[in-house]
Amino acid sequence: MGFFDRLKEGLQKTRKGITEKIDQVLVSFGKIDDELFEELEEILITSDIGIETSMKIIEDLKKKVKENKLTDPSSIKKLLKEELIQILTENESELNIANSPCVITVIGVNGVGKTTSIGKIANLIKQKNKKVIMAAADTFRAAAIDQLEIWANRVGVDIIKQSEGSDPAAVVFDAVQAAKARKIDVLICDTAGRLHTKKNLMEELKKVSKVIDRELPGAARETLLVLDATTGQNAISQAKTFSEVADITGIVLTKLDGTAKGGIVIAIKSELKIPVKLIGVGEKMEDLQRFDAKEFVEALFE
Amino acid sequence: MVFEGLSNKLQDTIKKLRGAGRVSEKDVKEIMREIKLALLEADVNFKVVKDFISKISERAVGQDVLESLTPGQQVIKIVHEELINLMGSENSKVTFSPRPPTVYMMVGLQGSGKTTTSGKLASLLRKQGKNPLLVACDVYRPAAIKQLQVVGGQLNVPVFSIGDKLNPVDIAKAALEHAKAKQHDLVIIDTAGRLHIDEELMDELLNIKSSVKPHEILLVVDSMTGQDAVNVAESFNEKLGIDGVVLTKLDGDTRGGAALSVRHVTGKPIKFAGMGEKLSDIEPFHADRMASRILGMGDVLSLIEKAQEAFDEKKALELEKKMRTQQFTLDDFLDQMQQLKKMGPLNEVLGMLPGVNAKALQNVDVDEKKMGHVEAIIKSMTKHERNDPGIINGSRRKRIAAGSGTTIQEVNKLLKDFEEMKKMMKAMTEMTKHSKKGLGKFKMPF
Ligand SMILES: Nc1nc2c(ncn2[C@@H]2O[C@H](COP(=O)(O)OP(=O)(O)OP(=O)(O)O)[C@@H](O)[C@H]2O)c(=O)[nH]1
Ligand SMILES: Nc1nc2c(ncn2[C@@H]2O[C@H](COP(=O)(O)OP(=O)(O)OP(=O)(O)O)[C@@H](O)[C@H]2O)c(=O)[nH]1
Ligand SMILES: [Mg+2]
Ligand SMILES: [Mg+2]
Repeated sequence: MGFFDRLKEGLQKTRKGITEKIDQVLVSFGKIDDELFEELEEILITSDIGIETSMKIIEDLKKKVKENKLTDPSSIKKLLKEELIQILTENESELNIANSPCVITVIGVNGVGKTTSIGKIANLIKQKNKKVIMAAADTFRAAAIDQLEIWANRVGVDIIKQSEGSDPAAVVFDAVQAAKARKIDVLICDTAGRLHTKKNLMEELKKVSKVIDRELPGAARETLLVLDATTGQNAISQAKTFSEVADITGIVLTKLDGTAKGGIVIAIKSELKIPVKLIGVGEKMEDLQRFDAKEFVEALFE
Repeated sequence: MVFEGLSNKLQDTIKKLRGAGRVSEKDVKEIMREIKLALLEADVNFKVVKDFISKISERAVGQDVLESLTPGQQVIKIVHEELINLMGSENSKVTFSPRPPTVYMMVGLQGSGKTTTSGKLASLLRKQGKNPLLVACDVYRPAAIKQLQVVGGQLNVPVFSIGDKLNPVDIAKAALEHAKAKQHDLVIIDTAGRLHIDEELMDELLNIKSSVKPHEILLVVDSMTGQDAVNVAESFNEKLGIDGVVLTKLDGDTRGGAALSVRHVTGKPIKFAGMGEKLSDIEPFHADRMASRILGMGDVLSLIEKAQEAFDEKKALELEKKMRTQQFTLDDFLDQMQQLKKMGPLNEVLGMLPGVNAKALQNVDVDEKKMGHVEAIIKSMTKHERNDPGIINGSRRKRIAAGSGTTIQEVNKLLKDFEEMKKMMKAMTEMTKHSKKGLGKFKMPF
């Protein structure tokens, strides 16, 4: 099954939800009036887009409707779609691993799918005939190292690790040395899940980043924030706070194979300008795909 | 603070409505819109919010809150109470089977916190005298078994595992036999995370259920979950018939509206709150705290309660009338001051005074020590003097200063300020009829 089939399947519920509701709205309202806009706004909110962003989108929509003197309610759907695509495509960017060495650091709150995504990303990169190693810098969670090791074996890449409880910065230091010695193209660092509200744990991330800067100056860097698509408005707080301690280059949006609408992507893009680079659509190694804004919105509205 | 946002918005809306004269049902709708937005911001599911709002509207209209002096706060209080009602006003504990071993089965989406919570529960209930056995039924996730073993090792609680080659139903059955043989009176089954729409894996849970007949099936839900929480909870509940919910990761800054959503669609109690990654970070669920959290108002609610205790509405109304008709005496002033003092931190409390706009008070400096002096001065006056300060001449001032241990200057100042205050009140009551600004330069005599 190809990506878009998979995505479509995953989004079946979403799509049904949204389009059915929109159709209902369009049928029940003969003309474009305030109540119609209100209903549309509600539809956006139920997709986890968030109130602020939803209201903003609706305001834009209203303006356009006025400007274009639209009277046909069904044209709204098209406009709304364009609006969403525009938000998502602004400054679109992909995972950049063209230059070696490259260090990818994967961060995020607990249980969002960091370790699993690393397995998938490593696989993706390895398929491009690049040399990859992993750093097991989650030294805190029970069996986190074992979990990453299993992924490393599945993908067929090396892993640098120390014992549970050791200093994450020290693990990353080791991994950087190994990367240099073995002429590795991409080093991917797993980190422990941490709530963004824990100051000391956020400081720890800075420390890890400093080690990379110091030991591999000039290396290409990607810092990926992993967000769970089922997460509601808190994802915005996560993105904001993690941005304060790390130069986030992109988002990996996981668990899009569920019924969660993933609308938070739109809110985050709109409010924080952080692009989504990859999406997780399952637990298997191949269940990772490049994020494509157009296709994403198309799939929502098909 | 979010509460302030909501409270101010409500207060403004209500003021606007009052200006228009009578309050209609349509006006109530506008107030409810503010509450609706606040709840949505907290991730309460949209449909749940709708149901909730219609319930609240009824109560709000019925109680004539709009007629009260602090309608915004009244509305919030009703919302808060209703949230508590919905999420369960009583503490829901886990229950035990009369014929041990008691079996709990942990279920939920990927990464919600099942394995960690299994460990937490084992530890918690062992303290209550149970002899728990943890069972590793996640044969899918890499190192899931190892994770449970590490958790068990940290707690010194045995973990039952026969690898990842058998199917979870058989593992669960074998674990039950093992528990009986080893005198474990509590069995906690950790299952793999799964999507509620994954029929195959949902069937697997059903099979485990029918083979080991768990006493409780606990759905583990990440408190950061958004609108989708209803779909997840509904599906798990319909398929399995859950007995309770554990809400995890509440140690962050999520508003946790999922709590309300889950409770609303399943009707099942939330039993525990996960408060961190450590295995001791588990607490009984408190609906009242959760309600405050969803509304984003922390401790402010208790302040409202205090204010309500101290200011019964009748007295406040009387006071307002006196202010308006210029019959406000030093006695009334003293009375009000003493009521204020009962409530604690003054700057916070002042904003809750009927008719006082919190924003206008931002520049008012409250000196509690000076307030003590003012109190002493008024107490040293005769009844007659308090009712009619005009008669307080030089010699009386001297006596009052001596009696209160203050200076004549202070007495003079109080009397002057009081006169000014009365003037201000008069101006204020006239002003509030026309504008919203009001209290800008209002100076308290302390
Ligand atoms: N359905 C689905 N499950 C996923 C996806 N990505 C990860 N998971 C699952 O989510 C759970 C958590 O994934 P992990 O990779 O361990 O998450 P993590 O962020 O590393 O977790 P911590 O290290 O504990 O913070 C696992 O059961 C994964 O199999 C996805 O895209 N879809
Ligand atoms: N901050 C915080 N983290 C928690 C809490 N409960 C669990 N976690 C973390 O969340 C992540 C996932 O927890 P697990 O117990 O592995 O979740 P799970 O549901 O068993 O995951 P799967 O088996 O992959 O479905 C881990 O990093 C835990 O340490 C909590 O209450 N607070
Ligand atoms: Mg991990
Ligand atoms: Mg688990």
